[in-house]
Amino acid sequence: MNKFKSLLPSFSLYASLFIFALLFVAPLIFMVVGSLKPDGNVLTEAGSWQAFWPDRISLENYFDVLKRVNFGRYFFNSLFITSLIVISGLALNSLAGYAFARLNWRGRDVLFSLVLAIMIIPLEAIAVPLFYQVTLLGWRDTYIVQIVPFIANAFSIYLFYTFFIGLPRELEEAARIDGAGILRTFITIIIPNAKPVFATVAVLTFLTQWGAFLWPLMVTSSDAVRPLPLGIAMFHTLPPLQWGDIFAFGVMMVAPVLVVFIIFQNWFVHGVASTGIKG
Amino acid sequence: MKMKLQNRSLDNLATALSFCAPALLGLFFFIALPFFLAAFLSLTNLKLGSPLPLEFVGFEQFRRIFQDPAFLRGLLNNLIFAVVVVPLQITLALGLALMLNRPLKGMVFFRSLFFMPVIFPLSLVAVVWILIFAPGPNGMMNAFLEAITFGHWIPRDFLHHPMLALPSIMITSIWQGAGFQMIILLAGLQSIPQDLYEAASVDGAGKLRQFRHITLPQLRNTLIFVGVVTMILAFRLFDQVQIMTQGGPAKASTTVMFEAVQAAFARQQVARGSAMTVVLFIIVLGLTLLQRHLAQQEKEIDS
Repeated sequence: MNKFKSLLPSFSLYASLFIFALLFVAPLIFMVVGSLKPDGNVLTEAGSWQAFWPDRISLENYFDVLKRVNFGRYFFNSLFITSLIVISGLALNSLAGYAFARLNWRGRDVLFSLVLAIMIIPLEAIAVPLFYQVTLLGWRDTYIVQIVPFIANAFSIYLFYTFFIGLPRELEEAARIDGAGILRTFITIIIPNAKPVFATVAVLTFLTQWGAFLWPLMVTSSDAVRPLPLGIAMFHTLPPLQWGDIFAFGVMMVAPVLVVFIIFQNWFVHGVASTGIKG
Repeated sequence: MKMKLQNRSLDNLATALSFCAPALLGLFFFIALPFFLAAFLSLTNLKLGSPLPLEFVGFEQFRRIFQDPAFLRGLLNNLIFAVVVVPLQITLALGLALMLNRPLKGMVFFRSLFFMPVIFPLSLVAVVWILIFAPGPNGMMNAFLEAITFGHWIPRDFLHHPMLALPSIMITSIWQGAGFQMIILLAGLQSIPQDLYEAASVDGAGKLRQFRHITLPQLRNTLIFVGVVTMILAFRLFDQVQIMTQGGPAKASTTVMFEAVQAAFARQQVARGSAMTVVLFIIVLGLTLLQRHLAQQEKEIDS
């Protein structure tokens, strides 16, 4: 009897979780299933349960995407831009975070409060003058314009700072007594002990940049340098309207993020939770 | 010894600067400089490709945008979006977080499912939801509403309907973003000391009372933070609008950012677009200061 009493609430909990899960996942299943169906059926079956269950599975839509647009190019552009921002961002922002957290120098506190102030400014608030600035530099429609402005990141510096400041001092002292320089200490002692923060920053940067839309829309005009988000925005208006193809494009676009998500799930969750630290 | 120490601190300064310089230069050139440029340009008449000389026009651009019905409509839409989405999304996220905050099997699995939309690029989410909102009885949302109202729903063309275009974007955004707030709130819930609840149980307080008198007050700063961040995101709204409705029909779903991009990019009116983003920044700054102030208040009450 007692056991039954305690099972009942957890049953209703699971039931409501299940209903919410269906609502959250439905659009995603709709997309994946639609990508495997004949094009004409996607729209006509969208109002029935068949939207979530394909009669017969075919990869035709995927081949159609590759035939109709240069998907590989968009994909390469996204990968190239995102990985360069992530890698150089990790290097630059971790060094800055370390200098603010662990070195004593004049002007440190003033500069750090400026970094904290810059954290407030969203890209949207500076997009127009930045657009003007890169126009003057002649950077429009290049890779550089999509990479360089996003390497230094105040929030990443802040995340590194908060992590480094919590590391025990003894770590560095032992290395310094052995005569290692600051850079060497940083590379051989600090980095191996700071994997969580590197993973968090990498995941957050990757997510933001893989989805970047506004900025590439403003500064690029040719498919040679345009990333996936602009690709799908263009592709869904490309006649003839074929929803199966559009969904196949979507699945291929999100697949790498999903794979990374499934493998590094905890870092994603930790990364997002850490945005709650600020403020 | 003192000499050595001084040398060491000079060393430190040189090293520290070489560590910081690349990142700080980046922040300066690509955030601080355009930030001041925005303020400066908004006071000029700059238009790309215009033969007119650059002139200082004072607050003329601001006077104009505040008489521009499209911009005002955008500002109003951002405000409506914030007022509607913030409470809805946070209630949903808090509900999910409360359900998941139990040591039961499968919670990690459900957490991943609710979080999954967050990792999807907004552009892709917008495209998928265009089809969900497809017009006619075959559209998924129309069919769903027809089913749950037992046939009383008349199919609409959501994204081309003056009253439904913005709410459609809201639903899309809530679906995409709720998992994000859920994770932050879950972290907040998990940091509440367990003995508070134990003490309350001993005193005979029920679940509802515990929620009101322990969970909510303990979660106050997290809720304020999540609320303000969501509000800021509401004012930055752009991707979904650009892809799903182009601000239409007849500006019914336009936003400040959509109008700013239209001005600066489509019409080359850099000064006017800058003025709009300056307004956007002032709103973001105000919200951030409000959040800091509220969080600070809490600390003062505590001590």
